[in-house]
Amino acid sequence: MEFFHEPKIDWMGKKWYFIGLTLVLLVAGMASIAVRRGLTYGIDFRGGTLVYVKFARQPDLDAIRGQLRKENLGGATIQRYGPVAGNEVMIGLDLQATTSTDALDAGKRAIASALAGLSGARPEGRVDFNNASPQTVAEHLVVADPLHLASKGSEEAMRAYRELAEAVVNFRNGPPRSGLLGDLSELKAVPGVTPAVLEALGKDFYLSSYAVRNTEIVGPKVGTDLRRQAIYVTLAGLGAMLVYIWFRFELIYGVAAVIATFHDVLITLGIFSLLNKEISLTVIAALLTLVGYSMNDTIVVFDRIRENVHLNKRESFFDLVNRSINQTLSRTILTSGLTFLAVLSLYLFGGEVIHGFALTLVIGVIIGTYSSIAIASPILVFFYERAGKNRVGARPRALERETADARR
Amino acid sequence: MEKKIRNRVIIIAVAIVVCLLGIICYPRNEQETFGFPTNWQRLKENVRDRIRLGLDLKGGTHLVLQVQANDAVNITVDLAQERLQDELRSHGIPATVEKKTENGRTYLLLSNVLQEKSGDLQTLVSEQFPDWDLTRRAGDPNAREMSLKTSAAGNIRNQALEQSKNTIRNRIDQLGVTEPTIADYGRGDYELVVQLPGVDDPTRVKDIIQSTAMLTLKIVRDGPFPSREAALASHGGILPPDSELLPGRRESGSDNAGGEAWYVLDRIPAVTGRDLRDAQPRPDENGRPSVNFSLTRDGAARFGRVTGANIGKQLAIILDNRVVSAPVIQGQITDNGRITGSFTPQQAADLALVLRSGALPASIKYLQEMTVGPSLGADSIRHGVIASIIGLLAVMAFMLFYYRGSGINANLALFLNLLILVAALAYFGAVLTLPGIAGVILTVGMGVDSNVLIFERIREELRLGKTVGAAVAGGFDHAFHTIIDTHVTTVVSALILFTFGTGPIRGFAVTLTIGLIANLFTSVFVSRVIFDYVLTRREKGEALSI
Repeated sequence: MEFFHEPKIDWMGKKWYFIGLTLVLLVAGMASIAVRRGLTYGIDFRGGTLVYVKFARQPDLDAIRGQLRKENLGGATIQRYGPVAGNEVMIGLDLQATTSTDALDAGKRAIASALAGLSGARPEGRVDFNNASPQTVAEHLVVADPLHLASKGSEEAMRAYRELAEAVVNFRNGPPRSGLLGDLSELKAVPGVTPAVLEALGKDFYLSSYAVRNTEIVGPKVGTDLRRQAIYVTLAGLGAMLVYIWFRFELIYGVAAVIATFHDVLITLGIFSLLNKEISLTVIAALLTLVGYSMNDTIVVFDRIRENVHLNKRESFFDLVNRSINQTLSRTILTSGLTFLAVLSLYLFGGEVIHGFALTLVIGVIIGTYSSIAIASPILVFFYERAGKNRVGARPRALERETADARR
Repeated sequence: MEKKIRNRVIIIAVAIVVCLLGIICYPRNEQETFGFPTNWQRLKENVRDRIRLGLDLKGGTHLVLQVQANDAVNITVDLAQERLQDELRSHGIPATVEKKTENGRTYLLLSNVLQEKSGDLQTLVSEQFPDWDLTRRAGDPNAREMSLKTSAAGNIRNQALEQSKNTIRNRIDQLGVTEPTIADYGRGDYELVVQLPGVDDPTRVKDIIQSTAMLTLKIVRDGPFPSREAALASHGGILPPDSELLPGRRESGSDNAGGEAWYVLDRIPAVTGRDLRDAQPRPDENGRPSVNFSLTRDGAARFGRVTGANIGKQLAIILDNRVVSAPVIQGQITDNGRITGSFTPQQAADLALVLRSGALPASIKYLQEMTVGPSLGADSIRHGVIASIIGLLAVMAFMLFYYRGSGINANLALFLNLLILVAALAYFGAVLTLPGIAGVILTVGMGVDSNVLIFERIREELRLGKTVGAAVAGGFDHAFHTIIDTHVTTVVSALILFTFGTGPIRGFAVTLTIGLIANLFTSVFVSRVIFDYVLTRREKGEALSI
């Protein structure tokens, strides 16, 4: 089966439309960034404290806000997070509101105590099972010794209870509970949990209505370092690609490819700003992926152009670029379509953690494919037309040499 | 033809076997034996152990901290100041020595140096302080600046970093965290990353890592005084030479318990943390939590000498420049001692732990803390795996639908590509993180792309009317240039990311590089072998399923 049978589309004839579209996207993105006074960075870049909490029931944001105010955290941001049924909330403390790393630490403790206050009176002397680690559960089990293992030696008992504690905590963390038990008796389903174990757990633990899923504390230095590093390293990577393409093709090919890739990053950042999404570390990982993908796509088209330059000396560069794009069009559509399919699956089913990541790639795959045809190729055409070299006969030296190699 | 294919098939089979061994039973460390899994349970465990997931996926605490390496330089300058004063005295060179810090540079200022002693001073410094530079101070002919050579200061900082790393590792090991990572982070800022899988409340671990645990035992000359001013006043406003003033707390049972207490102490300690052989939490005779310590042979000898000579005086036990307690020396003590104070049992246990693991040569500042709760980790893994499988199946189904028989070929290549990637991660002991998965996705994308490039090219060649054999050969040859160019470009940039990037950026670069190299093998070599095999089995004139 086949989608395109020898398409004959005049891509380069439409280059002004492409450039217009690009400019619109760029200007819109940049304007949005300007209006918002810069990109919105995630806590991992900005510095601050973030606590992700999952609640057993629909969380009451006002109640949370009230509790936080009691802890003098009126400046905290509270936001719903993920699908509504997930009952998840993100509580963020900005670095601006605090002064030092110690303050961030204190912020985390204050958030924790605000949450504890939220679930009402907590039973004296008991530990919250929903926020307990396997270690804590094991320690309590060893002391209570519901399976009467102490006679077998303390090491043996510790090992057995540790395994049991891990099984119990894994059960709590697994679907559909995702870290929240409604009732300790649910644990009956775990192999090894006898009524005696349940009773022992019931004595030492209670169940709160929330579980802290994720905590991030980022000092001011890390964020700026990371941001600077991400930018420098990406630029260095682009530079290295430029040199390699210069070496394999021609300088102008490298320049065109790098401009196209850079364009993709800018537009993606602009779209992020338009959608009011935060740039987090995972988004940076996705941008690196996008750079790789876009470059790959551009090189495939360039490779075909180079090959056609060798084969056909009479054709104008303009027509030749058109023909090369058309020849690779089927591949371009297929590859982008399949990659799009893969990242779309990540976006739809990948869960909250990789949401930003997947969104970047969903946008990036489209932009990256578009830029090979609409940005990189027109730059080549402009260059050769301007230099009066639109007759391919007047090709640069390096290409002549490769042609000679190819003929040999 | 047949024989050529057979040799290549053997290469592929060997590659597959090596990969499978890596994933299911290659020993991860020297202690482990080459255990082939004999049952399903064991196989699952082995695979899980070998594909190591990063903290962002499996849960745990990730700390980035900075060793304040200048602390160590400061201590060196302090020690040098002391030694220099002694040397000047014994060489009869009069001069006053002060420690100065200007614009982040710490140096010793020697003033009132007599001109005729200038040469002697120069000789003294170059002989006794080879790591130091002595320069004239601008604007004052009688003053000199003595500063650590840049290389020496650098060495001290690097040593502080290494020593901190070891100390932190000791402490974490004693806490019983499984498979912690302690590694350099960033470049040149004395930063360390500490990863603690499975730890979801880092408060205690952080405190233990951070406590400098600088223990010194010093003879008390005078005190306690209720305030710093009182202590100074009793000495006429100036401390006697070679003494220092440190704060502490009134011991319970005395009047004014819990209030401030200032002690005038010998500056040179009788014993330091370095002389410790062991420290254990033990209740004292009243059942209060305390820490018993024992000393090394050298330390014990020195301690015996000092305590023997000072019976009846107080001995201050100083932790991080605070007097914890100051018991009266009842008799000569040699190799054992006890630290009492108002500790909880947990504090006593933690103190014993940090004393055992040695002091930090410099203080520590936390830059970042990330705790992924285990339930989130479990959720991300589940979602990630489901999404990846759906994505992969969709891609594979489409390849089958679009390229028919050749789709099987592409899917085999893709599958082998992922197998090699996972095996390489297992062999290198690399950790799979979220950015690492980004690298895997780009690998899959480019893997599919390579096959699409080749297949489209073969179709083109077929349209030009070439025979099946010639079309396959032509398709591979033409696509080969493109594939090499795309792969080398991306690998080059991945290597840059790996060299200059840290943590998350590196994880991306590692999986991408491995994946692309594997892809060159699978899409160019393995796919070709499969095509060649299909071609040899083909009836003459039969069309290629593509």
